[in-house]
Amino acid sequence: MTATIAPPQPPGPPPAPPRPSRRDRSARACSNRLHRSEHRTAALFIALPVLGFALFVLYPIGFAVVTSFTAWNGITSPVFTGLDNYVRMIGDQYFWKSLGNTVYMMMAIPVGLLLSLVLALAMNRRMRGTTFFRTIYYIPVISSIAAIAILWQWAYNGDFGLINQALGMVGIDGPNWLQNPATSKLAIMIMAVWKGLGFSMLLYLAALQSVPRQLYEAAAIDGASTLQQFWAITVPMLRPVTFFLVVTNIIGGAQIFVEVNIMTPDGGPEFSTATIVWYIWRQAFEYLNMGYATAISLMLGLLVFVVTALQFA
Amino acid sequence: MSTPAPQSPPRAAVAAAAAPATAAGPKPVPATRRSTGRRAPAGPPLTRRQKIGNWIVGAIVSLGGITMIAPLVWMFSTSLKTREAVFALPPEWIPSPAQWENYLRVWDAGPLLSGIMNSAVVAVSVTVVGGAASAVAAYAFAKMRLPFKGVIFLSLLAAIMIPFPTLMIPQFQMFAFAGLVDTLWPLILPAIFGNIIMVFFLRQYLDSVPDAIIEAAKIDGAGHFQIFWRLIFPIIRPAIAAQFILWFMAVWNDYLAPIIYLNSPEVQTLQLVIARFNATYASQTDYPLIMAASCIALVPVLTVFVIFQRQIIESIALTGSKG
Repeated sequence: MTATIAPPQPPGPPPAPPRPSRRDRSARACSNRLHRSEHRTAALFIALPVLGFALFVLYPIGFAVVTSFTAWNGITSPVFTGLDNYVRMIGDQYFWKSLGNTVYMMMAIPVGLLLSLVLALAMNRRMRGTTFFRTIYYIPVISSIAAIAILWQWAYNGDFGLINQALGMVGIDGPNWLQNPATSKLAIMIMAVWKGLGFSMLLYLAALQSVPRQLYEAAAIDGASTLQQFWAITVPMLRPVTFFLVVTNIIGGAQIFVEVNIMTPDGGPEFSTATIVWYIWRQAFEYLNMGYATAISLMLGLLVFVVTALQFA
Repeated sequence: MSTPAPQSPPRAAVAAAAAPATAAGPKPVPATRRSTGRRAPAGPPLTRRQKIGNWIVGAIVSLGGITMIAPLVWMFSTSLKTREAVFALPPEWIPSPAQWENYLRVWDAGPLLSGIMNSAVVAVSVTVVGGAASAVAAYAFAKMRLPFKGVIFLSLLAAIMIPFPTLMIPQFQMFAFAGLVDTLWPLILPAIFGNIIMVFFLRQYLDSVPDAIIEAAKIDGAGHFQIFWRLIFPIIRPAIAAQFILWFMAVWNDYLAPIIYLNSPEVQTLQLVIARFNATYASQTDYPLIMAASCIALVPVLTVFVIFQRQIIESIALTGSKG
């Protein structure tokens, strides 16, 4: 839900082009006056969001760019240090490690999308109980991430957690998930898939239900098998929603923080779950390296922007 | 769009009912009408093969559903155990006797009540004020003449792509300069200027409202404030309600902004309070208390979800098709 990328012109009538005046000049003068008053009111109506944009987006961006060239603890006045922060970033193994962890965790995105598509296909059948299951699958989505992270931290407990007990039933001796660098990332990824499944499934389901039935009927008459129909009709028709989900998931995935902050407050064993936002947060608000943290946060912003733009290209 | 909608979306009906003024004109039909789910019994009788398929698929979907719900049930179950019963092997799903007093104990164990109050203050003020700001802005962007309207709208929209972590350090410094750190203001102020996602969806919704009724109102001498309040607001009320609920839940569940601004226990929001519970009581292995606090944190949002399920799910489903 974080980002909605709009086509420049949404479908529907283009937003009111200035009308050619039809009558004589006095009418035109009158309509100009009317327009001007309308302009004033319209400007007033959009004033708050525009002001908010200036105050809480534009100004902070400018501030961030300037700050990224300084050494600053947030209290005394900043000292200009040129590109030092960026040079430091290149040599900072913790930065690279947390960036790598973030990218690694984002590999859960395709898995989650695939699972949710399969579920949506299953729910799209003429079958009783789909509404009920839709609700069930959606509950983790609306639940607070803090509560969910607390719950899963407990569920991943090596000896008494739900996960290992479930694994025990099928004879697997589960690891101590969050204390083991080999499994800590995987643990967070599984939880993320679990939490996000309902959202993608719902969007896929809506998209599936909007595919015109005639397409399948026509294909069936032409002798296309179910599998052929899936590849030739369903997959292309699902492309826009897949695109939307990939973009929003990448934007969200690049910003994983709460899970790490709650489940592995120190960045996990051997720094194995530290994400980029977690590292920014720690540099800024624990170590008070505001300048350095700002430089990293600008890199994150740039990265998200580039990845999103690449999706459009 | 050709999908027969077994239950016509409530929004159109409500909008029409709520706006008798527009009844003369064509009904404002949302651009996309579709309903998700509840389509089981309609259509020709199922073949034998379909029925068997349904059984298999149903079994898989049920298994998935159990996976979805089991952790939450387990959480609730844990919240009703004694501290020792948590470590029983094999675990018991239905604790006996259920320790309901955990839910009494939890209120004294930390600032849970003030956390709920703080979260409510933030969420209500943000959504009410910010929602109003978003609604009038959406009307202006959709229906009013203004030079450079499109460019302004696109720049606002592009801002969504900037991740909050990129903005949080400068914003923190702004609020530190204003002496507002460790108050609820940094959580409220940036949001009451409106939410561009909400503006976007309301604008889309307004596309389905014919310009003619606005022109007619203008000819009748209505000003733009009047038009918005008497004409537009009743029409877009269902869309506002849906966005309002989604935004409320998002603010309620927010964690990153509260954790950077709030230190003192008495100003912390609910999410921070339960995280603090987790950190404090895990070392004392008082898991029932932690889980009870977390369950309490989930209840408000779950309640809202259960009540407004249809509206929430429909507006989420629209997200994908409009995005």
